[in-house]
Amino acid sequence: MRETIRFRLNGRDTTLETEGTRSLLWALRIDLGLTGAKYGCGIAECGACTVLVNGDPVRSCLYPVSRLQDTEVTTIEGLAQDDDLHPLQEEFAERGAFQCGYCTPGMILEAYSLLAKNPRPTRAEILTGMDGNLCRCGAHKRIVEAIEAAASRP
Amino acid sequence: MKRDDLGPMAVNRRDFLKFTGGGIAVAVTLKDTSIISEAMAQQRGYPTDFNAYVRVGEDGRVTVFSGKIEMGQGVETSQAQMAAEELRVSLDSVDMVLGDTDLCPWDMGTWGSLTTRVFGPALRAGCARAREVLLDLAAERLGVPTERLHVDNGVVSVVGGEGRVTYAELAKGQRIEKVLDREAVLRALEDFSVMGTSPKRFDRREKVTGAAQYAGDVRLPDMLRARILRPPAHGATLTSVDTSAAAAVPGVTVVNQDGLVAVLHEDRLVADRALGLIEAEFDIPEPTVTDETIWDHIVAAAPDGRTGHEAGNLDTGEGACSNVSENTYYDGYVAHAPMEPHTALASVEGDRITLWVSTQSPFGDQGRVAQALEIDPSQVRVITPYVGGGFGGKASNAQALEAARLAWITRRPVQVMWTREEEFFYDTYHSAAVVKIRSGIDAERRIQLWDYHVYMAGTRGAEVLYEVPHAAVVSHSARGVHPFATGPWRGPGANTNTFARESQIDIMAADAGIDPMEFRLSHATDPRLRSVLEAVAKAADWTPAPAPSGRGFGVACGVDAGTYVAQVAEVTVDESTGEVQVERVVCAQEMGVVVNPEGATMQVEGCITMGLGYALMEHIRFRSGDILDRNFHTYRIPRFSDLPEIETVLVENNGLDPQGGGEPAIVSVGAVVANAIFDACGSRVFTMPFTPESVLAGIPAD
Repeated sequence: MRETIRFRLNGRDTTLETEGTRSLLWALRIDLGLTGAKYGCGIAECGACTVLVNGDPVRSCLYPVSRLQDTEVTTIEGLAQDDDLHPLQEEFAERGAFQCGYCTPGMILEAYSLLAKNPRPTRAEILTGMDGNLCRCGAHKRIVEAIEAAASRP
Repeated sequence: MKRDDLGPMAVNRRDFLKFTGGGIAVAVTLKDTSIISEAMAQQRGYPTDFNAYVRVGEDGRVTVFSGKIEMGQGVETSQAQMAAEELRVSLDSVDMVLGDTDLCPWDMGTWGSLTTRVFGPALRAGCARAREVLLDLAAERLGVPTERLHVDNGVVSVVGGEGRVTYAELAKGQRIEKVLDREAVLRALEDFSVMGTSPKRFDRREKVTGAAQYAGDVRLPDMLRARILRPPAHGATLTSVDTSAAAAVPGVTVVNQDGLVAVLHEDRLVADRALGLIEAEFDIPEPTVTDETIWDHIVAAAPDGRTGHEAGNLDTGEGACSNVSENTYYDGYVAHAPMEPHTALASVEGDRITLWVSTQSPFGDQGRVAQALEIDPSQVRVITPYVGGGFGGKASNAQALEAARLAWITRRPVQVMWTREEEFFYDTYHSAAVVKIRSGIDAERRIQLWDYHVYMAGTRGAEVLYEVPHAAVVSHSARGVHPFATGPWRGPGANTNTFARESQIDIMAADAGIDPMEFRLSHATDPRLRSVLEAVAKAADWTPAPAPSGRGFGVACGVDAGTYVAQVAEVTVDESTGEVQVERVVCAQEMGVVVNPEGATMQVEGCITMGLGYALMEHIRFRSGDILDRNFHTYRIPRFSDLPEIETVLVENNGLDPQGGGEPAIVSVGAVVANAIFDACGSRVFTMPFTPESVLAGIPAD
């Protein structure tokens, strides 16, 4: 059924006229032209499509847009303020916490949510919190270090 | 044949003629330069056309055109470093154009850890030659001989005198094209200011902001997204298909041509739905082989061996032994599973087609697309955006052919982005393999015998490595053995061979009652091997003890892509479940001159983390052509919770040109984990991956 879905996307009022069951990932990538969220598995097992809905990380590939009514959605494109990178983005960039970069948007948003809930996580808490996001290049060590560095900023 | 400035004979050289506008361009032919390593000569099929190409524009900016692609390994940055070093310009004045078949010189493909060790010298020579051209121009401009000139940061100045001129000023109004016609003088190691440093990666900002473009992120007006009908199993044949219900979906285009059945729509989700409406029947052959019977099948199918290495006499060796150990090692099929599935976008204009492909082989794809469409390769342009991981799996790109055919038929831009299920199904897996080793030590606890037979993994990584007087290495291979496609997987074959060799060495060390590090060192004469073993022992604070010591420490070493690695792992084994946790891996790597130490370290870390997958959890389950693992819920790859502490030591060897870095550190991960498991609990594992069940089963009863 076609619905009118109003929400804020990266700080801007946005309206989608579409099937309520439509996957947020493809709505972002096709309807809204935001390609930062990636298709990786389509079954919420890899985290490459992670975006934030009201600050919570969701796997957008299986997230129906009908649930977006009146929410605040943040994608990787909306994390930097103007030209200023978010501290997590800075730390990922400076520490080389990525290789191919395909999982990186999801990693950064997952970490963003982790730090929002737990600003000073232990290493064990980071490993547990990030465990649902897959990286095939093996950048895990530097991702953990980047999250720790962002968390330890004053 | 030596080539000088391009003359009329060269007008058909398409790449160079793309050079428009002013500036100075220099190309270099790998074959014509004497600086090319031995490895180069062994690369069959390299054309005599030039292979590296650099341009200094009228604005003083340097553009490097390279057929290599960036898939995370950092060669966008390291190639720019080599160019900046030789040209004496700042790194941020270098722009890279990678993997575009219209703009870049031909390249075989990005694999085999060849970019730095084989392509690097050509790139450096081209840039060094460009510097010489610029210096000649500067000498003319400033009225002094080149010997009196000094160049730094793109500015040429007269030593001890007046006068300076920038590269930009020199290039302005010029249109100079050179093909390297003599040996270029490369910068000496002691003068390096860009090579050997670790600048931040070029791709960092794009990759943390979501701006980085991958093949699936490219959008064209009127683009269709395709879904393709797939067989349920490899080897299945389509017997009937009804696409009428799919065709009835508004806006859906159906293609059914020469075995390619596809539905296309601007909206991928509509294409998904239409695909589900196709009714198709397939003939599926009865399964004849499974992931449990594959090794018997392999050994039976590949009876004939080729001896690659022979020393002494095996009978003499056996006669000298007081203890002979015979073991068989098994390795299964492993998926590449890059996070980005194979993707391509194809767009037709007139008689030309342009593709954006997630590929390690843009020029190979260009040729294959031309062949599939029965057109000339010059009508095909392949552009390579950032690639979301490759590991060898994107050397093969069926999706590019699919997109090309569908775009050619529909005359509209077509995107093919494989689903994860398609990615697993059509992957060219790491080959299952078997290694049989019979080896022995004498009463003095010296290795006397090494009788090595590898089935279907080839000889990469199968070198004896140690001093053994009586040895044979025999490789058994045959065609048509696998029930589906296999292909290169990060360190092809070397993971299997290194696992087998280093496990067997460990078994002999344990039989001899000697600490495994000491046992290796006492049989290692190669100074590079000794240097990495000694470095890793020191870095890991290795204290000698015969295994099993109960501590869970293992050591293994290997050679790949000209680079030596030695690793120490520390594991804990839950002796009630057989679960293994790798706590720490220390890696010493000696790779000759290091272009970018931080980049090299990232590759080591990536290799170790990825290697834990094939060692501990990854193998594809199948019933002949039916692939049972098709997504990440059943095919587990290493996660954060699997992450050990990782320490990397780069062992200096500046007397050797840069060697490979993308693969070497993965080859010994299986072995080092196996050896650490044995040290922890006395369980010797022979089959990768080491499942909890197999670890548990091997724990001695007492």
